[in-house]
Amino acid sequence: MDGFFSTGLGTAVILIAQCLAVVAFVMISLIFMVYGDRKIWAAVQVRRGPNVVGPWGILQTFADALKYVLKEIVVPAGVDRPVYFLAPLLSFILALLAFAVIPFDYGWVLADINVAILFVFAVSSLEVYGVIMGGWASNSKYAFLGGLRSAAQMISYEVSLGLIIIGLIISSGSMNMSDIVRAQDTGYGMLGWYWLPHFPMLVLFFVSSLAETNRPPFDLPEAESELVAGFMVEYSSTPYLLFMAGEYIAIFLMCALISLFFFGGWLSPIPGIADGWWWMVAKMWMWFFMFAMVKAIVPRYRYDQLMRIGWKVFLPLSLGWVVLVAFLAKFEVLGGFWARWAIGG
Amino acid sequence: MTVADFAFYIFAAVVVGSGLMVTISRNPVHAVLWLISAFVGATGLFVLLGAEFIAMLLLIVYVGAVAVLFLFVVMMLDVDFAALKGEMARAMPLALLIGVILLMQIGIAFSAWRVSGNMSLANPTPGDIDNARAIGLLVYDRYIYLFQASGLVLLVAMIGAILLTLRHRTGIRRQNVLHQMWRDPAETVEMKDVKPGQGL
Repeated sequence: MDGFFSTGLGTAVILIAQCLAVVAFVMISLIFMVYGDRKIWAAVQVRRGPNVVGPWGILQTFADALKYVLKEIVVPAGVDRPVYFLAPLLSFILALLAFAVIPFDYGWVLADINVAILFVFAVSSLEVYGVIMGGWASNSKYAFLGGLRSAAQMISYEVSLGLIIIGLIISSGSMNMSDIVRAQDTGYGMLGWYWLPHFPMLVLFFVSSLAETNRPPFDLPEAESELVAGFMVEYSSTPYLLFMAGEYIAIFLMCALISLFFFGGWLSPIPGIADGWWWMVAKMWMWFFMFAMVKAIVPRYRYDQLMRIGWKVFLPLSLGWVVLVAFLAKFEVLGGFWARWAIGG
Repeated sequence: MTVADFAFYIFAAVVVGSGLMVTISRNPVHAVLWLISAFVGATGLFVLLGAEFIAMLLLIVYVGAVAVLFLFVVMMLDVDFAALKGEMARAMPLALLIGVILLMQIGIAFSAWRVSGNMSLANPTPGDIDNARAIGLLVYDRYIYLFQASGLVLLVAMIGAILLTLRHRTGIRRQNVLHQMWRDPAETVEMKDVKPGQGL
C-alpha cells in the first residue's frame, strides 16, 4: 500500500482526495452558513427563522437546494447562451479555487505556494467576470446595470484590500500564508497576533471584504428596491443556485483570510493550549457571525457613498498605513512589534 | 511526456486558440472574453517557467483590471456590426500589406536563426532565492533610480489624464457628504400629531 502512494498514479489519487476533502468541507460549511445566516438574521429581528424542516429547521438548506436543482431552468429570450451559462459556473468555480491556498493547520494546505496571497487576489479579481458576464448576457437593463455596479464596486475595494495586505507582508516578510501565521506565533497567545499591531487595518479589511463580497450594507448590485436583483435577476434554478453558492463561498474565503491574517489561523489564543485546525474553523465561524450580524444591523449605503468611502477614505488610509508600517518595521520600533523577523516569530 | 509538458501544450493551445478566436469572433464582447482567456493561458505558461510572481501580477493587473475596463467600454458602446464590417473591408489592402510584411519578417528571422550547440536554458529562478525577493532586489535595490523615474513618468501621465477629463461644471447641485453626515434628526425631522380624517 505504501508503494502505491509513492507512484505517479498514487500521488494523483492523494491529490484528488485532498481536493475533494477541501471541497466537501467548504460545501458542508456552505449549507450551514446559509442556515446560520438566516437564523442569526431572524434572531436579530425577533423572528424564528427557518424552523420546520428537521430539528430547529436545520435541514432547511437541503430542502432549498433540492428545490433549486429540481426546478425548471427558465432562459429568457435574446440571451447570449454560452456566456449566460458560463457566468454562474465561473463565479462558483473561482470561489472554490481560492481555497486551494488556504492552510487549515500546520501543513494542511493543498498548494503551499510562495505567492499564495497574490493567488487569492488574482482569483478574487477574476470573480468580477462572473458578475459582468451574467449581467451582460442576460439581455436585460436591470441585470446589466447591476453587473456594472457590482464590477466597479469589486474593483474599487480590491485596491484597498491589496494595500492592507501589503502592510501584513511587510510585517511578516513573506507572501506565504503559513509563514504569515507562523510569524504571529510569538508565545504570547492572542496578544502576538496581527490584530493588535495592525488594528486599524483589521477594521478596514473587514469593511472592504463586506464590499468585495457584495454583502449588506454594500449589496448595491442586488439592491432590490432599485434593481430587482441585480445581475442575477434573469437567472433561475441551478444557475441561480451557483451564483448564490459562489457568493457565500467568497464570504467564507474572506472569513478564512481575516482569521489567517489578523487572528493567527490555527494558533491557539491562550499559550499552553494545543494549536490545531479547530481554532481555524472556530475563527472562521466567528467572523461569519460578524458578517451575518452586519447584514442584520446596518442599513444599505448609497452608491456614491460607497465609491467615496472606497477611493477617498480607505485607499489613502491604507496607503498611509503601508508607509507607516514600513517605517516601524525598518527601525524595529517597540522591539520588532511590526517586524516579526526581528523577534524570531 | 511529463505532466509539465502536457500542461505546456494545454496552455499553449489555449493561448493560440483564444488568440485566433479574438480575431474571428463576430461579437466584440466575445472577442474581449477570448482575449481574457488568452491572458489566463499566458499566466499558466509563466507559472510553468517558474515565474509565478509575474504570472500572478499578469492575472491581477491585466485580467483583473485592464481587461475589465476593456470589457466595460466594449459593452457600453453601441457598436453597429454591419457598419464596422464595411469599414474593415476598406482597410483590407493595408491590413494585408502589413500582414504579409510581418509574415516575411518572421520567415526571415526563423530561416536565419540557428540553435547554437552550447545553448543552455535561461533559468528564471536563481537558486535558493524566491521570485518576489529576486524581483524586489532588482527593482528596489539595483535599479532604484530607473524605477523611481518610471514612477515619475506614470505620475505625469496620470495627472495629464485627470487634467484632460476633469470638467468642473458650475451651477449644478452637488452632494456635500460632510454636510449630510452632520445632519441632525432634531433639526430636520418634525413630529406631528395628525388627527384622523385631517391632513397636515
